[in-house]
Amino acid sequence: MNKLLAGVLPQEGGLEASVSGKYTAAIGLCGLLTLVGVAAGIHSLYAGHEHTFGVSREVPWGVLIAAYVFFVVTSTGLCIVSSIGHVFGFKNFNPIAKRAVFMSIATIVAGFLVIAFEIENSWRMPVGNVIGANATSNIWWMGTLYGAYLFFMLIEFVMLQKNDHKTATAFGLAGLLTGVAAHSNLGAVFGLLNAREFWHGPYMPIYFITSAAMSGCVAIIFFTYIAYRANNWKMSSEMEKAMEGVAKVGALMMAVIIFFTCWKMISGISGHPPGKYEAIMTLLSGKYALNFWGGEVMLGMVIPFVIILAVRGKSMPMLFAASLAGMIGIYFMRYDLVIVGQLVPHYHGMGLVDYPELLSYTPSLHENLVVVGGVAFCVMLFLMGEKLFRGHVAEDH
Amino acid sequence: MRINDLEKLENEGLERLTSLERRRFLQLGLAVTGVYLGGTILSLTPVAEVQAAELVPEVGQYPYSPHYAMVIREKFCIDCERCMEACVKTNDVPVYGFRTTILERRRTVAGGAHETIFMPVLCNQCNRPPCVRVCPTTATWKDKKTGIVVMKPSRCIGCKTCMTACPYNARYFKEENRAVDKCDFCWESRLSKGEKTTACAEACPADVRVFGDLADTKSRVFELLHTPETIIWVLRPEVGALPNVYYVNV
Repeated sequence: MNKLLAGVLPQEGGLEASVSGKYTAAIGLCGLLTLVGVAAGIHSLYAGHEHTFGVSREVPWGVLIAAYVFFVVTSTGLCIVSSIGHVFGFKNFNPIAKRAVFMSIATIVAGFLVIAFEIENSWRMPVGNVIGANATSNIWWMGTLYGAYLFFMLIEFVMLQKNDHKTATAFGLAGLLTGVAAHSNLGAVFGLLNAREFWHGPYMPIYFITSAAMSGCVAIIFFTYIAYRANNWKMSSEMEKAMEGVAKVGALMMAVIIFFTCWKMISGISGHPPGKYEAIMTLLSGKYALNFWGGEVMLGMVIPFVIILAVRGKSMPMLFAASLAGMIGIYFMRYDLVIVGQLVPHYHGMGLVDYPELLSYTPSLHENLVVVGGVAFCVMLFLMGEKLFRGHVAEDH
Repeated sequence: MRINDLEKLENEGLERLTSLERRRFLQLGLAVTGVYLGGTILSLTPVAEVQAAELVPEVGQYPYSPHYAMVIREKFCIDCERCMEACVKTNDVPVYGFRTTILERRRTVAGGAHETIFMPVLCNQCNRPPCVRVCPTTATWKDKKTGIVVMKPSRCIGCKTCMTACPYNARYFKEENRAVDKCDFCWESRLSKGEKTTACAEACPADVRVFGDLADTKSRVFELLHTPETIIWVLRPEVGALPNVYYVNV
């Protein structure tokens, strides 16, 4: 085991993480929050979601699904961003690749942690998934492919550490392909539901992949900047160039997402399509208008896009500001997508008495704690990764 | 590399590509396409081989035998809720859930009065059930013989995708079973034990719920659905689930 680890963990070179009380405190805090989240999750399994979660018969998917989507979108995005450099050979992007691969693993593991507590009987999954495999189920494909994806990404990361770039590239490509297939299936989990007009259609898988690429760019800027800033490392000019490149790709993706969102909204209003119109209006002028305009549009699209363009991707603190706004905005995007899609009641438009025009959902304390636990776990893995892998510095090759 | 630098490079030309390299590239492309195509085709595979695409299948084209169906004579419902009580008792339904319920519609009629219409709803035992398609572990499926959408609680992982997919709000999570629960036309509690009808149909004092085998041309459900000039409708036909619960006003 030690010998195996020695081959993977860099013993010298790279960047030395500053050992300080702050670092230990941060790890401790993240560990504690993770434990609180896990405890809340276990208590919910024991007491029953009926009593601890805000989800209902009509709105069965809550904030945990949104958080899971957030994590896996980010993971797929980081995988896409990492592959630009060392799968497709755009050398400019190489400096960010190792951290991107590591964080794609950290985010998907955090996503699995959250989903494990969202699913009421997750322990039945490993066996059920095999003996009950359902090839028509997008959720089956998504789960199975993400399992394979995690495996490929882990091997890729180990091979990168061992400087076996040929194998790493092969596994990187395998990871990318399974990641994209898994992620578009996650989009199809929503998009193939005829009964939910807000989701139904080809838009979801397409939107998911594009927003993954955008999230990946935002996330790698976010984590790279924090790592360098917290440890007082100096960015090499190659790294600054890579950050600039990533920021520009991110801005391009944001432009695409802005375009997509505009037409999604317009097509949902024009002709008042039943079921879809009510959901769209909830976002535009209803209960979720602040989430949409403030969270999704301003924080998730406009602010980061304008910042990146204004500084032309060159000022690192400004890029960090853009990525911070982006990360928060993207979280709102996932939350709105999952929740608003379920708010229009099943028998809408039939003139029913004592029947809500729009359903409601509020996350419970337990649900929020599990989400916080997932985020804390992801941050803890990030902090540990920076120290163990010495700033994920790419060797020349 | 910047675009300006790229322009300065000499064009390598395609003629220098070895045929081995071309073949490798082609192979990779075909492999990727194959994987996606395979997945796509699989996810389009219908749940049952035989499927009637019409609202009421043509005589002799019923996918199941017995093909269980329910006809709801809507205008006769008085909202006494005895069907709901019978269901709860027969199928051990907890207080927080329901397998069947009654919705209420109201509209103004000529003369300024109001008309109230009661609409019983339950699982539609669809011929193209969205809940069955989405289940990752086949914990729910359409029974090959009767066409009833059944559940195996011990297989249910509780991902609730079936609840999200159901257009009729017919499913709920039953904590006691740690699984999703739904109407099975009383298969478990009655039909499999030799009874001929569901608890709700038996309890109805107004003869609203008529249960039977649609494939049997002598059955009452068949008669109701094949009476001349009868208007028959199903709920949310636009989702394409092909329900086996029909509504009439005769």
